[in-house]
Amino acid sequence: MSDRRVVVTGMGVLACNGIDVPSFWDAISQGRHGIRTITTLDTALHETSFAGQVPLDNLTLVIGDKKNARRKDRFVHLALRAAAEAMAMSGLDFKNWKNPFRVATIVGSGIGGLTTIEEEAKVLAARGPSRVSPFLVPKMIVDSAAGDISIMYGAKGPNYCITTACATGSHCIGAAFHHIRHGQCDVAITGGSESPITHLGLAGFNSMGALSRRNSSPETASRPFDRERDGFVIGEGAGILIIEELEHARARGATIHAEIIGYGCTGDAFHETQPDPTGAGGIACMRMALEDARLNPEAIGYINAHGTSTKYNDSGETKVIKQVFGDYARSLMISSTKSMTGHTLGAAGGIEAIVSVLALKNGILPPTINYSTPDPECDLDYIPNTARAVRTEYALSNNLGFGGHNASLIFKRFGD
Amino acid sequence: MSEVRTKVIEIIADRLSRDKATITEASNVIADLGADSLDIAEIMMDLEDQFGVKLDEDQDLKTIGDIVKYIEGKVAAK
Repeated sequence: MSDRRVVVTGMGVLACNGIDVPSFWDAISQGRHGIRTITTLDTALHETSFAGQVPLDNLTLVIGDKKNARRKDRFVHLALRAAAEAMAMSGLDFKNWKNPFRVATIVGSGIGGLTTIEEEAKVLAARGPSRVSPFLVPKMIVDSAAGDISIMYGAKGPNYCITTACATGSHCIGAAFHHIRHGQCDVAITGGSESPITHLGLAGFNSMGALSRRNSSPETASRPFDRERDGFVIGEGAGILIIEELEHARARGATIHAEIIGYGCTGDAFHETQPDPTGAGGIACMRMALEDARLNPEAIGYINAHGTSTKYNDSGETKVIKQVFGDYARSLMISSTKSMTGHTLGAAGGIEAIVSVLALKNGILPPTINYSTPDPECDLDYIPNTARAVRTEYALSNNLGFGGHNASLIFKRFGD
Repeated sequence: MSEVRTKVIEIIADRLSRDKATITEASNVIADLGADSLDIAEIMMDLEDQFGVKLDEDQDLKTIGDIVKYIEGKVAAK
């Protein structure tokens, strides 16, 4: 295996509880959520009336002019804005790449431009096919965030989008990490973005019975691992990282926030939406990541869990963690930051990679908020309600997607 | 200025995010105003809706003047 090491040199985030890295980390480390009643659409006919929405109506600032802004779906605007923050933080001189073919863009979305699809389906029904927008396809296709980011930064290396529902962001980062480790590029812009809070998004997830219906108390609805959990809280956002080969980062004097050292990915081959009750896919996934990182399970200090706040995920993930870590599972500190961000689907892997990096860097492990009633099937340490100041060396981030897609990433605190 | 010309300039200025005052009959929609094939497809739909005519995509229309003349012909033939 190649000895090329890969580090994180830039991060950009948008979530319901923070619209850049400083405000987001402030919220996450203090247990502050951003889940509210939906105001952008009429939810009268929906079973669920709340979500984790990014508190910004106008996301066109990065793009600049109205003509170009109109051509992008909200999920692309979110991705572009997060990428701009990450690029600025990295200090990379993107106008003067030494070799643009060494810069990858691997950014995904679970769904893509749902808002656009919905709007144009209405046009089709009301006015016929000849009035469907020529921008429908470029706006809705799920790879458009990757395409648009690469255009913005002139990045001509490996360029694509991986779509694996809720595991999308983690798979994108894992693939980008391996591209750099294997020498195919030196820098990658990577992560995920999602904007699913539309009539179809709410209706579709509700019809599955996936969403929390705690309309009387949206602020306590996302309660991963708590016995009273009743489904996930849908959220929007983006999490984009700049990752870079270590010597490339050192040579330009970049600030290094953490190292990425392991990636695992497996499938359940079981059911469209339910996790395999044996957990075999999840177990193999975390083991693959540990092996990729050349680590013993006992090295991991913190797990940023998938922890969606659904009945089956949280008990299933707990079981999987116990199988991988054995007795040591009880010493692990685990949290689900979806308790504060809601479940941002394809963005979750990007956002939670950023949480994991900042947790290692700052020596603060964020909490699982809204935890009040222990569930006998979820009996590990979920860092209930209050962050912990703990310096730990290794963090593992899990994300598991509908379709049985499992992804695990391992990060290492950076220090020479 | 003809009514058609005023309306054509208004629609194109809006779609391409340009100042109406800077657009003349001589403005080339692609070279001067920065439209691409997708913009043009969208503008054609808007013009069809505005003037209640069916426009032929194969016309070689380069400038605002070309478009105005073509539409005036279509409107007259209605």
